[in-house]
Amino acid sequence: MSKLQNALVGGVRTVLEHIPAAWLPGASPDHLAERRVALGTQQPRIDGPEKVRGMARFAAEVPMDELLHAAFVHSTIARGTIVELDIAAAEAAPGVGLVMTHRNAPKMKVPPSIGLTSMKAAGNHTLPIMQDAEIRWNGQVVAVILAETREQADHAASLVNVLYDAAPSRTRFEEGKANARTPHSIQMDQNRLEKGNATKKLAQAAVSIDATYSTPWESHNPIEPHAATIAWEGEKLIVHDATQMIHGTVGSLAKVFGIKDDDVFVSSPFVGGGFGAKGLWDHQILGAAAAKLTGRPVRIRLSRESMHRLVGGRTQTEQRVALGADADGKLKALLHHGYATKPRHSITDEAFSQTGRSLYACESFDVVQHYVDLDLLANSFMRAPGEAPGTFAIECAMDELAHALNMDPVELRRRNVATCDPVSGAPHSQSDMMAAYDMGAERIGWDRRSPEPRTRSEGEWLIGMGCATGTFPFLRMPGTAARITVDATGHAHVASAAHEMGMGTATVQRQHAADRLGLPLDSVSVTIGDSTLPYGALAGGSSQTASLGAAISAASDKLAEQLLRLAGNDTPLAGLKPGEVEFADGGLRKIDDPSRHETFASILGRASQAEVSVTGESKAPMEMLKFSMHSTSAVFCELRVSEVTGEIRIDRLVGAFDCGRILNAQTATSQFKGGMIMGLGMALTEETLLDERSGRIMSTSLAEYHVPVHLDVPDIDVLWTDIPDPRTPMGARGIGEIGTTGVAAAVANAVFNATGVRVRDLPITLDKLDLG
Amino acid sequence: MTPFAYRSAANCAEALSLGTGGDVRFLGGGTNLVDLLRQNVESAAQLVDVSRLSGSIDETDNGSLLIGASVTNSALAAHPLVRSRYPMLSRALLAGASAQIRNMATVGGNVMQRTRCVYFYDADGARCNKRQPGSGCDAIGGFNRYHAILGASQDCIATHPSDMCVALVALDALVHLDGPDGQRTMPLAGFHQLPGTHPEIETVLQPGELITAIELPPATTATTNSEYRKVRDRSSYAFALIAVAGGLEVVDGKVADVRIALGGVAAKPWRAERAEAALRGSPATRANFMAAAAEELAPAQPLDGNAFKIGLVQRTIAAVLTSLAGDQA
Repeated sequence: MSKLQNALVGGVRTVLEHIPAAWLPGASPDHLAERRVALGTQQPRIDGPEKVRGMARFAAEVPMDELLHAAFVHSTIARGTIVELDIAAAEAAPGVGLVMTHRNAPKMKVPPSIGLTSMKAAGNHTLPIMQDAEIRWNGQVVAVILAETREQADHAASLVNVLYDAAPSRTRFEEGKANARTPHSIQMDQNRLEKGNATKKLAQAAVSIDATYSTPWESHNPIEPHAATIAWEGEKLIVHDATQMIHGTVGSLAKVFGIKDDDVFVSSPFVGGGFGAKGLWDHQILGAAAAKLTGRPVRIRLSRESMHRLVGGRTQTEQRVALGADADGKLKALLHHGYATKPRHSITDEAFSQTGRSLYACESFDVVQHYVDLDLLANSFMRAPGEAPGTFAIECAMDELAHALNMDPVELRRRNVATCDPVSGAPHSQSDMMAAYDMGAERIGWDRRSPEPRTRSEGEWLIGMGCATGTFPFLRMPGTAARITVDATGHAHVASAAHEMGMGTATVQRQHAADRLGLPLDSVSVTIGDSTLPYGALAGGSSQTASLGAAISAASDKLAEQLLRLAGNDTPLAGLKPGEVEFADGGLRKIDDPSRHETFASILGRASQAEVSVTGESKAPMEMLKFSMHSTSAVFCELRVSEVTGEIRIDRLVGAFDCGRILNAQTATSQFKGGMIMGLGMALTEETLLDERSGRIMSTSLAEYHVPVHLDVPDIDVLWTDIPDPRTPMGARGIGEIGTTGVAAAVANAVFNATGVRVRDLPITLDKLDLG
Repeated sequence: MTPFAYRSAANCAEALSLGTGGDVRFLGGGTNLVDLLRQNVESAAQLVDVSRLSGSIDETDNGSLLIGASVTNSALAAHPLVRSRYPMLSRALLAGASAQIRNMATVGGNVMQRTRCVYFYDADGARCNKRQPGSGCDAIGGFNRYHAILGASQDCIATHPSDMCVALVALDALVHLDGPDGQRTMPLAGFHQLPGTHPEIETVLQPGELITAIELPPATTATTNSEYRKVRDRSSYAFALIAVAGGLEVVDGKVADVRIALGGVAAKPWRAERAEAALRGSPATRANFMAAAAEELAPAQPLDGNAFKIGLVQRTIAAVLTSLAGDQA
């Protein structure tokens, strides 16, 4: 991001300050925030039975005739040139149909980078894909094998012999820090934030803390490894993918292969876990290229090892946080400086430095982050990018400050609640962090916490409690479109190229459409998941519910207009304008006059029309620039630490969320819990083992890369304030990512309370706890 | 994975006849060997499936327990006599892997498990003297949190990953072998080898030789009053950072009999003979347990990633024995 972008965004914000809120999207609260029938109720996922019976078809299961199966050969050096590539034995191996290398791969352009500039771009890095002999990271694909079976392809891959001329590579974080870059912008904000004189205020503060926190590289491990089944039909490219960015994949593949967007079809009705991982990576492009060369369809299923070598994750960070407060705990200075690995070819910001800008009222700020440029796999999004590592640093620092002040950590938050955006002064759309804290504190029994560390124990187990704030911004993507079709029986069908990664997209939007259109749930159906449907923005940034919700809402306005037109004059609705009617009882009625009502079926019947179909779109999200829109949470943890071994066992985890209105208690609970479990992994076990000597990842299976197992996961209580956000569709804010934030800090803070040992380096493994 | 032929042996004689000659591996539950084949760490021209051989657990006339090599880990862990007379073994088995893997894994296969060193597993990108003799060891100077503090060499610092074997060694188990040169029986403690200059040689098993059974000597107070404690990076389904199998008999406040074996510290399950010797006849106190553990660990040579193991082993030995001593401590 550039100085130009800083100027543009800054300019828009300045203009918006002078524009009344009533002119912006979300000007008047969505009535569905309060008037709810299906929304807010507990609804099981409509795709549940299909999944349980194994009938839901995932990308690696789409049947095709003449299918070839792919395997990859990965580079074993970080930087250099291929000088010898012997594929004779692989080509001669049983079942092999093709060995593709940079020598015979078709010419392909670099996919357009994912970002704000194009709504149909999905590229995660800017490197050429199999176009030359250069090696840019350890694990890059150097050969693709296609064979009649996966086993034959794997075997042939082991027969490829590659010799490299290795070049010096940069793979050490500490060394990279010396040459770190400082970008002008991070996401939509200027990188460097200086407000007030933080250095001076820090020095003058009655109480201060200053500490450095580090978080490791983490790799994605969704239950469904990345997969695609790919075919060419003439110039048309068919991709059955596991993706959370259908149209981004369409636009990117079209650019890569020099064809029209309309000639790319991407289908992805079910994704077995996304978390930011399921975007466009090299495998889809290489699979499509290999399919083009052979003229046969290709199935590519990444092994866990290939996933770890080809799909970027959460990048390594090192963050210094210094906080200064007066004797009453009021924050005077917040300093947040740090480094994150971001290779030059990476697109994604790990924007940890955003976190501290919005959480607490504070007199002065000094925030900046630097990029460490290494010869590694591009980093990417991983559930709550930025906020997950950011809240670890900020919220541990808050706990350290509370301890230094001899103050209850919840009380410290209470004294620093922000009543507006602490940096820009923009009003909150809605925010009640302390409501979440009070709910969570009561549920876990916070009054049982001993303020003195290492004072509670049972046998060899030291017991402690900790808390931390979680946070994630509201995002709504422009352009997401939804088509509503109402037929003569009064059934409504909603269609959009939205994504289902397990969170219940269709289930919740069916509830939404039912309430929006005044229909019972079983009169509404929802189709999502392929590129023939109206445009869907990526399912990322916890934005999909709001984006699709806004599109359905916009479509419903058009539907009312259309229906009034069709209804004509021979109707109880005669003469009414769109603003004077509302959806109710399977039709339209005059607001405040239920007697003037006509059903959809009746209107369509009289007009002799089989159906009416309209498309609405999520408009530019100007509310995000005018208002400070952030969800917050209060995470509480109770745990025990063995004095003998340092093993940590989590006894309880409570998450209380202020995320606007909750749309479906069942799917929301699952989202929050899943997020919190990922937070536990971040806290205790997850770490990509990068051998800095070679730049090679050594933890490429689930045996070495430790995600939490059942026994690591305690009873988790999920609570929410359910206070509507008047600026968002349905009064809701996204909930996909916030669950992960704050958890690692709550755990670290509880470990300190239990043991008196402060671990500032994740994950908190037992060897970091010297309990003497 | 390189293609291979598969034969299933109906009995021991057939297994031995199929198992002679070149590139043959015996296959138990396949929970480790198949992984290694898939990773191209191992390859074989032929696999001889021995999982249909003896799967019974029988008490002999002298009170020993004879466990067929094809008994699954699940079955052994659940056996009433194992649970009552040798609880440390049952605990060790249940601390290993996952329920699904334990249902497949066999006793013979478990003994033959190979190290989980990440460099051993990375056939494409790492050097490993165990996998490719003479190529070097990337674990030295690399990730070695899981690696050996005892009995390692300049050529290899890997650990043996089995939990079961740690308990078996503490219980003085014998391993029954059958092969081209006939049957033999030996203490399991002498079965696994330290790396020295030949880390590729992991056991004393000869070509074509097959593990047919494990024999547990009759139970004693110290085998019955026993425990297995595994310390790892998550609560379940992870290999041991360290593990302690302990058994104790206290008479009049003094240690009458003690068994200690360690996992996760060496290329073999490590019988803590020095500590045992130091404790026999001594008062059963935590201080003595700590001192004996320290004596055992005196020769330990930590690496940059695993120095924490020394204190951890010591405290865990003391905790296990203190717990076993109970009121008599």
